[in-house]
Amino acid sequence: MNKNDNKTLGPRKSVSYAKWGYIFILPFFLVYIVFTLAPQFLTIYNSFFENYRSGLKQIGPNFVGLENYKALFTPDAAGTVRILKYAANTLILWIAGAIPQFVIALLLAIFFTSYRLNIKGQGFFKTVIYMPNLIMAAAFSMLFYTLFSRVGPIQGLLENWGVIDKSFDFFSVRITVRGMIALMNFLMWFGNTTIVLMAGIMGIDQALFESATIDGANSVQVFFRVTMPLLMPIFVYCLITAMIGGIQMFDVPQVLTNGKGVPNEMTRTLVMYLNGYLTTKNYGMGGAISVIIFIITGGLSGIVYKILSAQYKDPERLHRQRKGNVI
Amino acid sequence: MSKRMSDNTRGLIKLTILRVIVYAILIFLCILCLFFFYLMIVNASRSNAQLATGFDILPRENFFKNLVNAWNDTSINIPRGMLNSLIIALSTAVLTTYFSALTAYGVHAYEFKGKKFVFTFIIAVMMIPSQVSALGFIQMMNKFHLNNSYIPLIVPGIAAPVVFFYMKQYMESVLPLDVIDAARVDGSGEFRTFNTIVLPMLKPAVAVQMIFSFVSSWNNYFIPALLLDKAEMKTVPIMIAQLRSADYSKFDMGKVYMFILLAILPVLITYIFLSKSIIKGVTAGSVKG
Repeated sequence: MNKNDNKTLGPRKSVSYAKWGYIFILPFFLVYIVFTLAPQFLTIYNSFFENYRSGLKQIGPNFVGLENYKALFTPDAAGTVRILKYAANTLILWIAGAIPQFVIALLLAIFFTSYRLNIKGQGFFKTVIYMPNLIMAAAFSMLFYTLFSRVGPIQGLLENWGVIDKSFDFFSVRITVRGMIALMNFLMWFGNTTIVLMAGIMGIDQALFESATIDGANSVQVFFRVTMPLLMPIFVYCLITAMIGGIQMFDVPQVLTNGKGVPNEMTRTLVMYLNGYLTTKNYGMGGAISVIIFIITGGLSGIVYKILSAQYKDPERLHRQRKGNVI
Repeated sequence: MSKRMSDNTRGLIKLTILRVIVYAILIFLCILCLFFFYLMIVNASRSNAQLATGFDILPRENFFKNLVNAWNDTSINIPRGMLNSLIIALSTAVLTTYFSALTAYGVHAYEFKGKKFVFTFIIAVMMIPSQVSALGFIQMMNKFHLNNSYIPLIVPGIAAPVVFFYMKQYMESVLPLDVIDAARVDGSGEFRTFNTIVLPMLKPAVAVQMIFSFVSSWNNYFIPALLLDKAEMKTVPIMIAQLRSADYSKFDMGKVYMFILLAILPVLITYIFLSKSIIKGVTAGSVKG
């Protein structure tokens, strides 16, 4: 008797069903290889070649080794290493949105799950705060542009209130452009994070909260000593996936600044940089940037993988997950 | 006795104050979420001249005029864009959910060599964004003359690791293998069992994932913008971005707000009707970037 008998169908009968397993996963892998894996290798391959257009002339493709990577990290005439500047922009924009996103989401998750507070109308609140997550980022960004532009209603309103004067332009000041991008990212993601963290808190054994309270812990102590430590795996998971999302930041700053990263390239992100090379068909430099982004996201994915596989190996936790529907 | 009373009252007052603060925060956040979209709807109902007067809190009478103008605009063919987006998003939603369920079922129900590797591989690549292979993808599609075609925007949906993972998780909680065994005893073929017995059991998961993949395809901007340059192939997000790069001063602003409204309307309507199950799906499928 095979030890797998209870878990799988395969070996129970004399007929082997293994081939059906292969048949069913075949389309997925064919498509993955053609549309993701092969392009991935092609991208890496491109990064070692000089291949661009200079005016009407096509240069390359010529093998140049690591020259594209060297060029990426060589300072330009003004002394800035552009990729580092854009990486810093991406990080700043992400952090500026992520801090309020996680603080507010954590607070809301605690409010919603508190028996003592017993918040009414949760369905309504959740529906409203999650809504921006589904809105087309390009359209949301375009909306912000029209609302905050020189002739837009917000400019007019704030002028009337005397908050800003007529010469003020939201799109020429670093902090306001970055602020708008951070605000949009915050609005688009805090509802999602709230819902995930809430499910995480609900997955924690209620008896732990009760016994902590009976032992005289106040709500702040309960939060730091009970809730947070038990929520940690899900919190870290959320944080890392948000970070991976942050590295991909493109639609919002691209449409808001019309691809220019105004003011002074202070809001140009890594993927906007990549997109620039893709539209001008500079495949060598584009390839090198892709590889760098790939390495960063690959490293972060490794952490996500660890979290997920740890949960998978722990059957007791998996059971809780199913009950609480977490992850 | 009186001390306990006052302790109780004090606790009650504290709780009430806390509640008021919490509701205030919640209401503030809701207003923040709705404010910009409310302004969008209000402004989509104002004429260009009315919009020039600045901020206004109440809708006006020009909503349908703007709608007709936007719909019939010659430079931005929004009905065509919406049709393109609809075709792509619907096909992607169907392919993604069907094949993710099929793949998950293959891994879930059968024992075969390399099964563990397959599962590990999919989880490992799940979080890697499509941007990092976009360059090779675009080069290949150009070589195959598939730019300005729906194919590169639909077919890759067959391999969606995140949806696979969701389906696998779902199967583990709802799909007992005895059911498949019973079907086999009844003489049902493997493929038929999947289509007629397994798939119906996965209905809630399939529905939720169809919505999510429809939405993300509808909103997708990065790859389509690099592939589609023929006017009649363009999708809605590309048109919206085009609006941004157009010479702004010449535009009827009422029309611009209407374009934005039209761009998000299908998703908004879906959400209004299905928000409950969508929100439920978020928690179960929190593996979304």
